[in-house]
Amino acid sequence: MNAIEVRDVRKVYQRFSQRRQFSTLKSALLGGGMARTFRPDESLEALKGVTFDVRRGQSFGVVGRNGSGKSTMLKLLAGIGKPTSGTIAVQGRVSALIELGAGFHPEISGRENVFINGLMLGLTRKEIARRFDEIVAFAELEDFIDAPVKTYSSGMYMRLGFAVATHVDPDVLLVDEVLAVGDEAFTHKCLDTFAEFRRRGRTVILVTHSLDLVDRFCDEALWLDHGVIRGQGDPRRVVDEYRLDVARVADRQLTEGNQQAAARVAVTTAITEEPTAAPDGSVEKAPASSEPQDMFQAVEGRWGSREAEVVGVEILGSDDSPTTVHDTGGRLTIQLRVRAPQRITDAVFGIGIFNAEGTCCYGTNTLIDAPGPQLLEGDATVRFQIDPLDLVAGSYRLDVAVHRPDGAPYDYHRLLYSFRVTSPLAEVGISRLRHTWHFAGGVGAGDRA
Amino acid sequence: MFTNLRQLFRYRALIQGLAARELKARYRGSALGFLWSFVNPLLLLLIYTFVFTVVMPGTHPPEYEPYALFMFCGILPWTWFSTSLLESSNSLIAGGNLIRKVLFPAEVLPITTVFANLAHFCLGLPILALFLLYYRSPVLTLDLLWLPVIILVQLLLSLGLALALSALTAIFRDVRDLLTNLVTVWFFATPIIYPYSQAPAAVRPYLAANPFTHLARAYQDVLFTPGPYTAWPHLLELGAASVVVFFAGYFIFDRLRDALPESV
Repeated sequence: MNAIEVRDVRKVYQRFSQRRQFSTLKSALLGGGMARTFRPDESLEALKGVTFDVRRGQSFGVVGRNGSGKSTMLKLLAGIGKPTSGTIAVQGRVSALIELGAGFHPEISGRENVFINGLMLGLTRKEIARRFDEIVAFAELEDFIDAPVKTYSSGMYMRLGFAVATHVDPDVLLVDEVLAVGDEAFTHKCLDTFAEFRRRGRTVILVTHSLDLVDRFCDEALWLDHGVIRGQGDPRRVVDEYRLDVARVADRQLTEGNQQAAARVAVTTAITEEPTAAPDGSVEKAPASSEPQDMFQAVEGRWGSREAEVVGVEILGSDDSPTTVHDTGGRLTIQLRVRAPQRITDAVFGIGIFNAEGTCCYGTNTLIDAPGPQLLEGDATVRFQIDPLDLVAGSYRLDVAVHRPDGAPYDYHRLLYSFRVTSPLAEVGISRLRHTWHFAGGVGAGDRA
Repeated sequence: MFTNLRQLFRYRALIQGLAARELKARYRGSALGFLWSFVNPLLLLLIYTFVFTVVMPGTHPPEYEPYALFMFCGILPWTWFSTSLLESSNSLIAGGNLIRKVLFPAEVLPITTVFANLAHFCLGLPILALFLLYYRSPVLTLDLLWLPVIILVQLLLSLGLALALSALTAIFRDVRDLLTNLVTVWFFATPIIYPYSQAPAAVRPYLAANPFTHLARAYQDVLFTPGPYTAWPHLLELGAASVVVFFAGYFIFDRLRDALPESV
């Protein structure tokens, strides 16, 4: 049973030039024909043919970048505006939390506003009267309910708006990023309310940038990107794909930035190389980006003295060809192409793997492991092989570095490379720990599901 | 369109609540409170009384004495009518946040404006009654039964125009400015501060084309002119026309409805 059916929905917003605002009816009447005034100068397709279903009782998350069409979709579901083409069918009473307390009038009391707002959302006076105490108690406004709403703090305002909208007792609750504005206690309260909705078999649509919330709370997720569906299904998978994509875009921007920085560094070193060569042989060079204070902070970047450089990083799959998607349990090789213009004798190569939340999954280097510091001169290739790749499904980012035994970096690449791990199993956590199950006594094979 | 109209009926409690809120919020924090509703028509009345009885006495036929009372019979309903149109044309833009963020029938907003101003009008009726008593005006009780009918006709006419104007203003902002000027012209094109009978015969057909002419004359006949109200067939004709105006106004609103969330 579907609570929501969306079929090939398109929504086109028409944007009119500045000119139109100054000469509307007049030019339409004088300038020959209304048609010209009505013709848009430019149109923006916010949704480009979106089709999906939401089952009754499901908690459904919608993620995507700003301007991806999430809020447009939500408004169409709420019935505010019509799709340009396609159909939307929603079963049952809908309540939309688009802006909390949107209908409040500042001059009149909270009590009167609750009634007006409730009527606006489709309740009868009697229904509101019956739920009134509950609403006020939820909003924690017992002492202020007869004061004008303009005297409320923004928190009180929001709580009252939320209380009214959720006490409409909708079959489908649409939520647009309202949790981001409250304090911790309020957010908890909202989440409890959503959980309560879920227990009662109501449908909740959550549009949010809080990916953890989607992961934790939703049964299914939808990823919108520039008005088209990029992914739908298991929230963890969708959220990870989305994260990976966000990381990829950030990567691209960073790589471009780093290339520019590297080019700048190359120019300055070419000029200053000779004079700055100190008697002890060490050469001080400007780092491409400054080293962060806390190494455990997940900020992307590249820094180091560049006496040895990582000039290329490739991530190879089981067949030794470059790929970003890897199966769990397969072989993954990280191949570093390194270069030292002058001979150095204390190069330590390091690798760090981080998951999408920024948690370090594993990190090691040639000092911790057996090989020890390496001698390096000219061009070289370093391969770091993981076999089997025992990571759970998700997206991961890489640190690669070459540094001195004391940790001072020659060249440190922080979270600049990413790869994805796919798995047929729905394991959770970070790493696949080697394990076996053993049974004894009154336990045996049972029914699935 | 008719399903929407039926659905609108379910929202009558909201219209009532919003109209009450409108009245309450308007006068909250002002010392004179709702008395301000009368200042505007009373000031108009004072000005015209001064002009027509002190500056230019004898410009009107003697059977229209007391002239102040005659003018007040027209000014009071005119204030309801003109304020309704002006405020409702702005109502969707003022309530734009609601239309974009809450799902409810947007026509509630202009309709609320008309009803809130009807409430003002009704509050003005006791003052009119005081005037009538003061001048010992020969009002027939039977005539007074027509008053609710006249008010109903004006209500339908106002609602129809308010619906159409509010939606049109949301899409063409200059309707609002056009309307402000039109209302001024409309006032003088209605026999409110002059009796219809005094208008030259050549002008009368034009006056008769103005629906509010008939409403104003109905109020004057019932409340001011001695003798029983005989022009009621006119009123019923106007009533039928007002029903048409109401549906036409609602039709225009309904057609523009989907464009509203993006226009306001």
